[in-house]
Amino acid sequence: MDTNGSLNGNVPAGPLAEKWDNHRFNMKLVNPANRRRYKIIVVGSGLAGGGAAATLGELGYNVDCFCYQDSPRRAHSIAAQGGINAAKNYQNDGDSTYRLFYDTIKGGDFRSRESNVYRLAQVSANIIDQCVAMGVPFAREYGGQLANRSFGGAQVSRTFYARGQTGQQLLLGVYAALSRQVAAGTVKMHSRTEMLEIVLVDGQAKGVITRNLVTGEIEKHAADVVIMATGGYGPVFYLSTNAMGNNVTASIRAYMKGAYFANPCYTQIHPTCIPVSGDHQSKLTLMSESLRNDGRIWVPTKEGDPRGPAEIPEDERDYYLERMYPSFGNLAPRDIASRAAKRACDEGRGVGDTGLGVYLDFTDAIKRLSLPVVQQRYGNLFDMYEKITGENAYEVPMRIYPAIHYTMGGLWVDYNLMSNIPGLFVLGESNFSDHGANRLGASALMQGLADGYFVAPYTVGNYLASQTPGDYSADSSEFTQAADDVKDRIKRVLSIDGKRTVTSFHRELGLICWDYCGMARTDQSLTKALDLIPALKEEFWENVSVPGGGDELNPELEKALRVADFLEFAELMCYDALVRKESCGGHFREEYQTQEGEALRDDEHFSHVSAWEAPRNGGRPVLHKENLEFEEVEFSVRSYK
Amino acid sequence: MDLTLRVWRQKDGQSTGTLETYQISGIIPDMSFLEMLDVTNERLIEEGKDPIAFDHDCREGICGACSLVINGRAHGGFSGTTTCQLHMRKFNDGDTITVEPWRATAFPVLKDLVVDRTSFDRIIQAGGFISANTGGAPDGNAVPIPKPDADAAMDAAACIGCGACAASCPNGSAMLFVAAKVSHLAHLPQGMPERGQRVLSMVAKMDEEGFGNCTNHAECEAMCPKDISISHIAKMNREFIRATVRGE
Amino acid sequence: MGRFAKVLQSSIGAKVAMAVTGILLVLFIIAHMLGNLLMFAGPEATNAYAKGLKDLGALLWVARIGLLVVFLVHIGSALRLWRMNQAARPQAYAVSESTMVTYAGRSIVLTGLLVLAFAAYHLLHFTLFATNPEFAQLHDAQGRHDVYRMVILGFRNTAVSGVYLVSMILLGLHLSHGVTSLFQSLGINNPSYNPLIKRLGPWSGVLVAAGFMAIPLAVLAGVLK
Repeated sequence: MDTNGSLNGNVPAGPLAEKWDNHRFNMKLVNPANRRRYKIIVVGSGLAGGGAAATLGELGYNVDCFCYQDSPRRAHSIAAQGGINAAKNYQNDGDSTYRLFYDTIKGGDFRSRESNVYRLAQVSANIIDQCVAMGVPFAREYGGQLANRSFGGAQVSRTFYARGQTGQQLLLGVYAALSRQVAAGTVKMHSRTEMLEIVLVDGQAKGVITRNLVTGEIEKHAADVVIMATGGYGPVFYLSTNAMGNNVTASIRAYMKGAYFANPCYTQIHPTCIPVSGDHQSKLTLMSESLRNDGRIWVPTKEGDPRGPAEIPEDERDYYLERMYPSFGNLAPRDIASRAAKRACDEGRGVGDTGLGVYLDFTDAIKRLSLPVVQQRYGNLFDMYEKITGENAYEVPMRIYPAIHYTMGGLWVDYNLMSNIPGLFVLGESNFSDHGANRLGASALMQGLADGYFVAPYTVGNYLASQTPGDYSADSSEFTQAADDVKDRIKRVLSIDGKRTVTSFHRELGLICWDYCGMARTDQSLTKALDLIPALKEEFWENVSVPGGGDELNPELEKALRVADFLEFAELMCYDALVRKESCGGHFREEYQTQEGEALRDDEHFSHVSAWEAPRNGGRPVLHKENLEFEEVEFSVRSYK
Repeated sequence: MDLTLRVWRQKDGQSTGTLETYQISGIIPDMSFLEMLDVTNERLIEEGKDPIAFDHDCREGICGACSLVINGRAHGGFSGTTTCQLHMRKFNDGDTITVEPWRATAFPVLKDLVVDRTSFDRIIQAGGFISANTGGAPDGNAVPIPKPDADAAMDAAACIGCGACAASCPNGSAMLFVAAKVSHLAHLPQGMPERGQRVLSMVAKMDEEGFGNCTNHAECEAMCPKDISISHIAKMNREFIRATVRGE
Repeated sequence: MGRFAKVLQSSIGAKVAMAVTGILLVLFIIAHMLGNLLMFAGPEATNAYAKGLKDLGALLWVARIGLLVVFLVHIGSALRLWRMNQAARPQAYAVSESTMVTYAGRSIVLTGLLVLAFAAYHLLHFTLFATNPEFAQLHDAQGRHDVYRMVILGFRNTAVSGVYLVSMILLGLHLSHGVTSLFQSLGINNPSYNPLIKRLGPWSGVLVAAGFMAIPLAVLAGVLK
């Protein structure tokens, strides 16, 4: 591990509250008439990517936008249920930009960059206005005003929502804006097209190599700047609440070309997912956290209790969250609730056929509130639960278990959201910047749209103003080389002709990550993972079976290339987790906990971003630290007792 | 569970396809329909055969990627359920299940069960948006929106663009899809300025893409995994008549 | 006219045109049926009514041409939309299991075409007398064309009555989907009166078919002579 001086986040000078305004004023502008001479590549069409592509198109730039799905409307931002935070203070309950900023910093366990988070809180209000103007049907009060709710344990009601489909409605807003630009001719949309390589020319990002997923054609796309908004890496755990196609390929390819990967060990586990039912399971379904408002979580006190929930008397039930966290009880934060569930199951007290589940019981709520009230509050969730499990949760308690939900780590970016590779911007979940070690509920949508609508359009313009437009060529040797590399990689994976399916490798990798780098990590478990992953990687390249060819629609090939990159990435994630010898947010090291079993941060040694540079010639990745300096807030310890 | 699968196999858009039969055993009722296909594919790969291609992504019923006509019904035809949320407990041991792709001229087959739905994107590009550039939007509460209007807009906006409406319509009509967007935006004050032009352009595009038209069977409504009502089609018709009468 | 043609070009425009012309045709059919039912009031009422219509002169021709245009728009749009629909879904599912599609709905183009063929026959039969030239010679005591007699004679032929009866069932089927459907095409859809609209089609089909069929049945049964 080699440590250089602190990375420079290019944070503008001046008081926190004025940084963004000052910076915007100081940025260089591109003359409107000149904008169409610049070409911008945007990879990803979710809230961040789609929002940036549409906005840059509106400004008059020439944008090429790529997504692997058949339509930009399917990006996984669509699956967010809960809502989007904004410091509007419509409820007059004491919210403010500063409070949203402070909550986000604290929620992130003091591992995020202060200036970025403040900017996020600042633009949050603009996001709501913009979305309303674009026709997002947010929930309304009878008077016609926007409705808010309190979410994820926040003390104020600042969450805007559109039923349980907020992510969908926001994404469809982005999709509409994007469609408008496609019609206007400023954005060219390339759907069913996957980025497989980034191209650098003289150290600057100048384009990407893509594969047309229908014809298999390897295409070279050159531009003045490349924006990646390619989402998180949750599916490195195989089972997660992410979409099946979500992958780390774009990020890991950029990493291999020199982009720093920051804080990969920060992964968020969501406590209320439907448990795994068997080996066939391909994905985990999240159930809104709001269920914890009225449901009581428990497991039997006895290990391996074979009785059904109804036969277990009250005094043989352990309502462990209520017992351990009397003041927050069942509403303890995501990471704490998740770890407590894992502990109960590790003790052999888990429920269901697999023993990996805990009860979320509404019996008392139904008694207290009546069945119709519970139905009205949670009916759609109960229906969804029944659809998936075949059980009626009004009669038998739900079974829930934590699952990987969101990843806070990502490519390192500076205040301008540009990576250490000039000309490569990274937005949304795929960058590391705003959530620190733990993301608060209803903040992911906020960050995606902030980056896409309100930050990147300025900072990308500032970068372009220093570039000569059209200073690239897809026929240059760098592009040819990169395209050849991609073709070789495809040829290689197709020629192995081994015995194991891609999915079996992915599943095994996921299990390794979950067991040894999941909710609770130790030096020993991570060392073990770092032994197992390279061995699995080696086996993959010798024994994977990928049917079909490269020049056709071949979902197995797509998966194989993604799994190959997950195998590269998993090692980095575990290594980061190994060297971060503290517990913070989504990263819990069992060696570093308080006597009560809470995360124990080490601000003296780990108040930094770990930005990893890919090893040049084998060996371990190289660590670059960006020290986190807090001018406005003071470190404090989260307590939920 | 042991099942007989009859699956549409088609090499690519140019080839003609055929239904092939597969015997599959050891399916458990907790599997989703797509997980059943995953298992089938794993076995096909192990046998050295080409796995079945199908579209899917979020697997939680919201992205709209999954499709499939199962035993003659889009998404299997269970109320409010996409294929990814359909579980095998809805079937019986020994069943024969026929799986076909969406069939409509405007949804050409790309491979096996995968179809090209970019025609839907082009319809949205024709006008399924509000022209509001980023920046400069008035405060979100500047224009109050009555709750019933916001709710009605949301009902329509719940469309996931999966294409089940056009696939299940005997006329291959995309009216429910187009109507959902027209109705969503026509219920909101922000949608008013472009109201007339929007419906005319989107309907013209829908026709141009080769979708059929509505003969009011309501099959689309019955198959829609998001339970979108054909009342939105009536709303679109009203919008169309209004725009036409006004000479827009 | 250019704008009208443009509207007809659009699928929804054509559907609206079909709904509007459908309403006019239904009104025509109901008027026609009520006129026919004068048969039960006896020869005097029937023949006087027929003479009254004839005496409209130029107005009658305006009505006839108007009716023809309405027919043509209705049928032309229907055929164009039908062709579009065939082209939109050329390949059927191997397994097809509709839950909502009714027989009347599915066969509406077919029933429409059969009713059209019937209308042609009906004109040749009772209006132009091409099939039965002797009908032109029937006159009553006042010298009016004896329509009453013509109908009785016409329907005594069981084959002819059979054609009329079957055609009226087809017309009823056509209306049972068409009348309900036209409300939706015109954008009239509201939960509070949807149940009524849903029943309106089948009931109008039954009533119209029954009204028309009463006459040949009565003739065959010897009630009308």
